Amino acid sequence: MPEVFLEANHISKSFVGVQALQDVSLKIEKGEVACLVGENGSGKSTFIKIICGVYAPDQGEIIINGKTYRHLRPIDSIREGIQVIFQDFSLFPNLTVAENIALNDQVARGRQLVNWGTIKKIAREALDQIEIDLPLDATVGEMSVANKQLIAISRAMQQNARLVVMDEPTTALTRKEVEVLYRIVRGLRERGIAILFVSHKLNEVQVLAERVVILRNGSKVVDSPAKELTQEKIVLSMTGHTIADSRYEYSTPKTGQPLLRLEKLSRKGSFRDISFDLYPGEIIGVTGLLGSGRTELALALFGSHPADQGTIKVDGQAVKINSIQDAIKHGIGYVPEDRLTEGLFLERSIGDNIVVRSLKTLLNRSGMVDAVKKHTEIQTWVNNLHIKTSDPLMAVKSLSGGNQQRVVIAKWLASLPRILILNGPTVGVDVGSKAEIHGIVKGLAQQGLGIIVISDDIPELMQVCNRILLMQRGALVESFETKNIAEAALADRLVETIGGD
Amino acid sequence: MATLRRLLARQEVIIALTIIILSIFIGLVNPSFFSIPNVFRILRSGIIVGMFAMGVLIVLISGGIDVSFPAIAVSAMYITVVFIRDTGIDSLVLSFVVAGLIGLALGLFNAFFIALFKLPTLIVTLGTLSLFRGLLLFFVGSQRIRIAEVSPVLSDLSRGNLITIDNPAGGVANLHIAFVFLVVLAVIVWLLLRYTMLGRAIYAMGGDLEAAERVGFNVRRTQFFIYGFVGLVAGITGIVYCSLSREADPFSIVGIELDVIAAVVLGGASIMGGRGTVVGTLLGVLLITLISSSLVLLGISSDWQRFVVGILIIIGTSIPVLQLRQRQRTQSAAQAV
Repeated sequence: MPEVFLEANHISKSFVGVQALQDVSLKIEKGEVACLVGENGSGKSTFIKIICGVYAPDQGEIIINGKTYRHLRPIDSIREGIQVIFQDFSLFPNLTVAENIALNDQVARGRQLVNWGTIKKIAREALDQIEIDLPLDATVGEMSVANKQLIAISRAMQQNARLVVMDEPTTALTRKEVEVLYRIVRGLRERGIAILFVSHKLNEVQVLAERVVILRNGSKVVDSPAKELTQEKIVLSMTGHTIADSRYEYSTPKTGQPLLRLEKLSRKGSFRDISFDLYPGEIIGVTGLLGSGRTELALALFGSHPADQGTIKVDGQAVKINSIQDAIKHGIGYVPEDRLTEGLFLERSIGDNIVVRSLKTLLNRSGMVDAVKKHTEIQTWVNNLHIKTSDPLMAVKSLSGGNQQRVVIAKWLASLPRILILNGPTVGVDVGSKAEIHGIVKGLAQQGLGIIVISDDIPELMQVCNRILLMQRGALVESFETKNIAEAALADRLVETIGGD
Repeated sequence: MATLRRLLARQEVIIALTIIILSIFIGLVNPSFFSIPNVFRILRSGIIVGMFAMGVLIVLISGGIDVSFPAIAVSAMYITVVFIRDTGIDSLVLSFVVAGLIGLALGLFNAFFIALFKLPTLIVTLGTLSLFRGLLLFFVGSQRIRIAEVSPVLSDLSRGNLITIDNPAGGVANLHIAFVFLVVLAVIVWLLLRYTMLGRAIYAMGGDLEAAERVGFNVRRTQFFIYGFVGLVAGITGIVYCSLSREADPFSIVGIELDVIAAVVLGGASIMGGRGTVVGTLLGVLLITLISSSLVLLGISSDWQRFVVGILIIIGTSIPVLQLRQRQRTQSAAQAV
């Protein structure tokens, strides 16, 4: 009979009328690796915040180490040995690496005074545990995202840790860093520390989990040993329906004028001699390592980092794209990778975000925005893209990741572009939303748009694109028709290219 | 080279250089600037702004702002003097205790709205700035009181000197005893911020309020401390002020808040929270004091002083922002390659 570390009984929680969790019960045994899986908005994050004391549940109780808590405070949860690695890292950008790592421990011990020597020692030990080296005196705000993630992880490596909760810890990590994380997780388990690994990436779940718990719409739908579950079963339980795996059939023959033609496009230090055609109805994937020039190419087409040599032709006419305004004038839209900082006004309403690009088309005769037209426009896009909201007047930040991405896409579609560039369209988006976004992209191409998808998600490119271009060190090295190549073959080819570096 | 660049990236260094250059310039035009009496005069006129600045520094680091402290100071000062006048109890210690307690109470009143109702700090303290002063003028009085007439003890304090040096140019140069208050307060705040968990909680809150809560800091209690502390400091500063100016004027002090906040921000504290040091703040106070008390030596009219303060704030605060942006740009360029 394994010992139970944490028991959450009949937890319910609602926010202004939205039921985030509905009667969820969950046990975590000492030293086990459990995966908590669910789509965005299924209640995973709310559950984590409840077991670490940030939110108080409306109903239910939490038992840690046999002790029942009705009002769990963050400090109680930390003292019981629960460490959470939050998705947003929850770090202090103004403090040093050392202090960020050690603060947690010092607060939990109830220290009143600061001993800077101790702080450095704790930080050094925590970093040693996960075998990485970072400058202790550097300010966290100036570090890269991957390093921030590592700092957040090492902060959880406290002496008394009994349960480490990781909320989507791999979003900012490269494949190599993910391997390091797997090793850390296994090391923790060997020391008898339980892990609650929260993710919607199925491959990670299958690598790590001993037990899988699935949440859907705030309720627990599955709780069983990982080996009894197949990938299909997990997807079905997460989304409530099966997801068809279909490729994009590009039927329009390549006759007539290409929508977009690049001739030997170059930008010093970013990419060189890029030439290809994009026809109406085509979806072209561009892939390559980070730093291969794929994002820089997109930014050149969008005018924010203009190319310095070569020609861009739209409808056969050579055009100059030296600014974002130029790109918009020629009907080019760009959905950025980092939608939070580049694509959305998070505090503003969903509706305002959708129409912000197309306000000029909504003016009445006196030059003011026509409220009725605006409302109709917003409703059209909310319906067309299935944005899940009860009220488009709510702030965008109230939406889950997948829905936020739809708002960004809606914003660009509302300005009626003819060429759409999507950079990492499904980064941080769950399986169900991902399939829907793919469906939307394919639908747009069928209406005659030309689409460029930039991504390093090979299965995604295979599903959405009819052609995939591979970039390496700023040059276009290969082009594949997706109907002629198997996924594994492309992946191999990619690895080969990377290996050649 | 790299060390030099890192040094120049520190706001303290920039401010210190500005002070040195400005001093040399003033000294060249008017050599009496570098005399000991003048240095003592500048230090004396920095006492009040400096003491207020120590309270404001803590609030700014925590990510908030307090503009009500002059109203707290004038209320505590005037009520205490009226208390001395009406009861006839004239004790130095008691008057500081009374003023401190009044200040503390008014500060906690701010904290109550900020911590429990989570209202924006600027709105709350803008409101209480008017509220406290209005109540004071309406209920307590609006007459000036000459300190010498009611409190011989406070009157003595106003003539107390810490250091007295014979001035080679004739007469003596005096450094006012109240300078001790500023020094002691600065040391306390420095120790608090650097060596107590409470101080680190204040920095943490300014960095990320939600993260501070998640780490286990009691954010509400810390807010009560912060605004209570500002009130306490303001109350004591009020008494020092009336002793320096030798009268208790209920219309005084209010209006100083912009100079104080300007000094703290010039000293490197971020208006967004999370950053700021005692040394930087003291330098910021010195610079502001230098401008308002010494530009006259250059023959610049006092109307221009506001202009110069404005220019300095814009330049002084934009340098770190521009430097940060430059660093971020080089970093993202490094990542793209």
